[in-house]
Amino acid sequence: MKVPVSITINGRVCEHEVEPRTLLVHFIRDLAGLTGTKVGCDTSQCGSCTVLIDGVSAKSCTTLAAQADGAGITTIEGLGDGEQLHPLQESFWNKHGLQCGFCTPGMILASHELLRTNASPSEAEIRHGLEGNLCRCTGYENIVRAVRDAAGAMAQE
Amino acid sequence: MSSRIFGSGIRRREDPRLITGSATYTHDIVLPGMVHAVMLRSSHAHARITRIDTEQAKAAPGVLAVYTGADIEGALQPMPCAWLLPDSDLKIAAYPCIASDVVRYTGDIVAVVVAEQPSQGYDALDLIEVDYEPLPSVTDPEAAAADGAPQLHADIEGNQAFHWTVAGGDADAAFAEAEASGVVIKERILQQRLIPNAMEPRGAVAQYSRATGELTLWNTTQNPHILRFLCSVVTGIPEDKLRVIAPEVGGGFGSKIAAYPADFVTVFCSKQLGRPVKWIETRSENYQATTHGRDHVQDVELAATKDGKITGLRCTVHAGMGAYLSTAAPGIPTILHGLMLSGCYTIPALKEDVYGVYTNGVPVEAYRGAGRPEATFMLERLIDMLAGELGMDPADVRRRNFIPKFDDGHKVITTLNYDSGDYPGALDKLLEHTGYAGLRAQQAAGPVNGKYLGLGLSSYVEICGLGPSQVAGAIGFQGGLWESAIVRFHPTGKVHVFIGASPHGQGEETTFAQIVASEIGVSSDDVKIFHGDTDATPMGWGTYGSRTTAVGGAALAVAVRKIRDKAKVLAAHLLEASVDDMEYEDGKFFVKGSPDKAKTIQDIALMANVAWDLPEGMEAGLEASTFYDPPNFVFPYGAHLAVVEVDTATGDVELKGYTALDDCGPQINPTIVEGQVHGGVVQGIGQALWEGAAYDDSGQLVTGSMLDYALPRADRLPPIDVISTVTRSPHHPLGVKGIGEAGTIASTAAVYNAVMDALKPLGVKRVDMPFTPERVWRAIQDAKGA
Amino acid sequence: MFAADFEYYRAGSVAEARELLAAHPGAKLLAGGHSLIPLLKLRLAAPAAVVDIGRIGELHGISNGGGALHIGALTTHAEIAASAAVNAGAEALAEAASQIGDPAVRNRGTIGGNVAHADPASDLPTVLAALGATFTVSGPDGERSLAAADFFQGMMATALGEHDILTAVNVPAAGSGSGSAYVKFSHPASRYAVVGAAAAVTGAGGTCAGASVAVGGATAVPVRCASVEAALAGRALSADAIAAAAAAAGSDFGDDLLGDVFASGEYRKAVAPVYVQRALTAAAERAG
Repeated sequence: MKVPVSITINGRVCEHEVEPRTLLVHFIRDLAGLTGTKVGCDTSQCGSCTVLIDGVSAKSCTTLAAQADGAGITTIEGLGDGEQLHPLQESFWNKHGLQCGFCTPGMILASHELLRTNASPSEAEIRHGLEGNLCRCTGYENIVRAVRDAAGAMAQE
Repeated sequence: MSSRIFGSGIRRREDPRLITGSATYTHDIVLPGMVHAVMLRSSHAHARITRIDTEQAKAAPGVLAVYTGADIEGALQPMPCAWLLPDSDLKIAAYPCIASDVVRYTGDIVAVVVAEQPSQGYDALDLIEVDYEPLPSVTDPEAAAADGAPQLHADIEGNQAFHWTVAGGDADAAFAEAEASGVVIKERILQQRLIPNAMEPRGAVAQYSRATGELTLWNTTQNPHILRFLCSVVTGIPEDKLRVIAPEVGGGFGSKIAAYPADFVTVFCSKQLGRPVKWIETRSENYQATTHGRDHVQDVELAATKDGKITGLRCTVHAGMGAYLSTAAPGIPTILHGLMLSGCYTIPALKEDVYGVYTNGVPVEAYRGAGRPEATFMLERLIDMLAGELGMDPADVRRRNFIPKFDDGHKVITTLNYDSGDYPGALDKLLEHTGYAGLRAQQAAGPVNGKYLGLGLSSYVEICGLGPSQVAGAIGFQGGLWESAIVRFHPTGKVHVFIGASPHGQGEETTFAQIVASEIGVSSDDVKIFHGDTDATPMGWGTYGSRTTAVGGAALAVAVRKIRDKAKVLAAHLLEASVDDMEYEDGKFFVKGSPDKAKTIQDIALMANVAWDLPEGMEAGLEASTFYDPPNFVFPYGAHLAVVEVDTATGDVELKGYTALDDCGPQINPTIVEGQVHGGVVQGIGQALWEGAAYDDSGQLVTGSMLDYALPRADRLPPIDVISTVTRSPHHPLGVKGIGEAGTIASTAAVYNAVMDALKPLGVKRVDMPFTPERVWRAIQDAKGA
Repeated sequence: MFAADFEYYRAGSVAEARELLAAHPGAKLLAGGHSLIPLLKLRLAAPAAVVDIGRIGELHGISNGGGALHIGALTTHAEIAASAAVNAGAEALAEAASQIGDPAVRNRGTIGGNVAHADPASDLPTVLAALGATFTVSGPDGERSLAAADFFQGMMATALGEHDILTAVNVPAAGSGSGSAYVKFSHPASRYAVVGAAAAVTGAGGTCAGASVAVGGATAVPVRCASVEAALAGRALSADAIAAAAAAAGSDFGDDLLGDVFASGEYRKAVAPVYVQRALTAAAERAG
């Protein structure tokens, strides 16, 4: 059995007939060819696959593509506008909020969710907001600084 | 500008591709006609395979082939071990890429399926029938070494892979004296098994051309050149027809040093099928089959005088090696551990016996710190216990035993020659910065709401920048340890650097560019760094042991200096001056006293490349290459303080504060250095508080997923305060030392000591890591009962 | 990881979902997917068909009426945590919902999926047991309502039959003078509850007019701690009285304790009073 799935990813409609078991992350990576979204685990723990579904964060490894049929997805590739980096991307760069970069797309989108729900979070709130995303390189310290920095930049916009 | 770029925390040039999702990791590679390999791994820790039936799997939709051990016979040689530890009775067990008769851990490959889609591969895995005759298994290294333990390899008695010793001074005499008139401290330390957890799982893409006999292998490796060599050994494809590419690599921490059976099985599949084959492990598979770290059982004793002067150290270590010896495994619990046993202290006598033991677990390899955390922990723990025994402050016992400040060499009892250090200075600065005395006073006021405060110190020195190749040969490492670099100036003054070292997240594309810029006065933006592709770069021995900047960076600096020398000669020629009269400053060459009539390095690059007017005998072009073989190792050091609070009602430990002081010499990019320390510290904290791989009695990995194996998360960590001192390495061209592992080497001991310090008033003497709440709570209950 | 393939049907209404369940024996219901999809990926579950009920509007949302909060089965943890009505009438539920998994999980995971999965380490079942929630089930014979004690039947087992659909969870709204709280010892890896304690206290004037306490994580289904409730009833809500009452928490657990490599059953039982005490203290404060 195949099911038709139409998902708008970063503003572009992507339509495919897929096996029902197809995960959203595979739809994004393999069918839409957007490989910025990563797979880091198989138990919904690491957050590397985090994307925005209709503006709200979700783990694309724990969502069937069929569940997202008709939805609008934002991945790391769609966060900036192509010309300019999103303030979160800018602040991760400025604050050295990444090393190997593998967790970074998910981490940035989780941070996006954090600032969507709380525009000026405290240090503790930032740390709690990132509880679903694992990073093995940075010890989180500079990620926390980057989020704080981005919150400030976004407040001024 | 050159004076400022060295030491400037500029943003990393790697980041734009990483923050926009446009970097290419192995998993992201897609080739025309590519198919997918999926490994069937043993479900038993130890068993004889009595039957494999792949017929149904072969007939499954999308399946191109299923191969078993019988199929690779003669095509894939056994996995090589590349650290042949001398004088240790080393016994290397045969390590087939696919097991055909006996499986020895739950990650052993039993078969591989190649299918059009990965999902079809997994469907077919379920259709392979394997009959196992289970054999008794053992995963604890000490138990595996005991009489009557299950035997893993028929030809290796007692499961003993090696027995290595290090000794200096008369340790037995020191202990006899301490027993008579001093103090002897004994401790059993379990360095638990750890799972490295690079966020990017491992994987390979193999593309074999039947027309040319050439193979390109994309791999998640820390050392593409070593992998090329090992791939040639195992697959028989000659090195000249082999190209290994480490594309973007998502962390390694030691787990991407080794060559793995799955990599070569993927190559085999591509060769058989004539199609590109991709294999990407799942996280569960990563836990099951990608190398683990640590796994020591240490019995340690320390001899000291009653005023706290250490006189001797003795220890016996059983190091679990897992089912087979991984690529560099034998050197980790021995050379990188035993030679650092005296740490930053003057210890007149020591003796260590290390037994490498085969167990039915995942092979154990280097894991961030690799041997040195196990040595640091031992010393730092015993020193705290000695302080407790003598009623002294742990800082005072350290001070009493530190090697005094030195700046050009200090020989220690294990024969190493440390380069430079000021261990007392580091500790003093840390204590002052953290207000240690005030924290002690706060602690003395007693617990608040059943919560006990604890302070933990850890002073460390580590060996890195591996290392002189002559030493490598002497210690059995089957390779050199130099690094090479080629620096090429183009006519417009832009620079290409081709370098053997291949970073995987540490940011050396940026620091290497900073080195070039500071050495020759170009903008770092004008320097492009090529690494990771064996066809495009000169040989390099890999990124591990905090050696990328320490050795690769040195090679680069030396190469750039050769350019500078040539440029100076050409500048003199163009200015019609004598070379001896030339001066160089910030990218400009001029006759002494006439800086206004300078030739810039860009001018020289153009003139060297067009070659219209070269001095007699000078070759065209502006290019240099170097093979830098370090004269000695480098020895970074530091002192860390952890502050914890223990909730006695539940046993929960909260890390309240952490300060790291590290000295890695002059910092090329302080922002990157700080980031390395953050990450390293947190990884060590993870070992103390949360992480531990556990096998059950039947050898099944019970911490087999991220649901069970607890990694540090942002919400359980305090801010990490990072400070530093700067002591140059006397023998290094840039004076720098390594920083990649420093944090991890110090922090586990600091946190451990802090928790034990908090528990001291309750009478708790010993708790195994990690400090799960239950372990702490039980220790408190037991102490109450005692 | 790749699930074994299955057929996929999307239901537009509860009635249609029931028809699909009837037509496809062994089919699994899919709501947010955060309990089912992990099982599918690890191939611990391999149903022939999945019925996606995620878009059924009637199962969505929170309403307040008849002294109870009516929470549609598809309401997400994030919505519950953010709901003013839940924060006013069932603080413990909001508190628990805000501690499930992580933000992305809370955005997709639903109360219905969570309780139907009946993981013993889950947070919501414990709170719902303490708050006296009822579960509305639509089945082949119509609609029925079950109490928590009847709904949760064992580890990963509920009263839901193969053709039943959980449509709503109803939580009595606390009046003035009442308060509730949930305190959790979170597993450092999975974020599930090693021990989770929920308490609701009615205590006008500082005297306990009624308390209900449940503990999850240590047993197959959440335990109502009758001994604690009895010990506190009629007492002044002092720190000492709460501590004394909480000390009895473990006595209600029975012998079948859950444990794993991280925390044994014995330990969970031993520290449960600490969490019960903390939950009671917070609930009493809110009641006062």
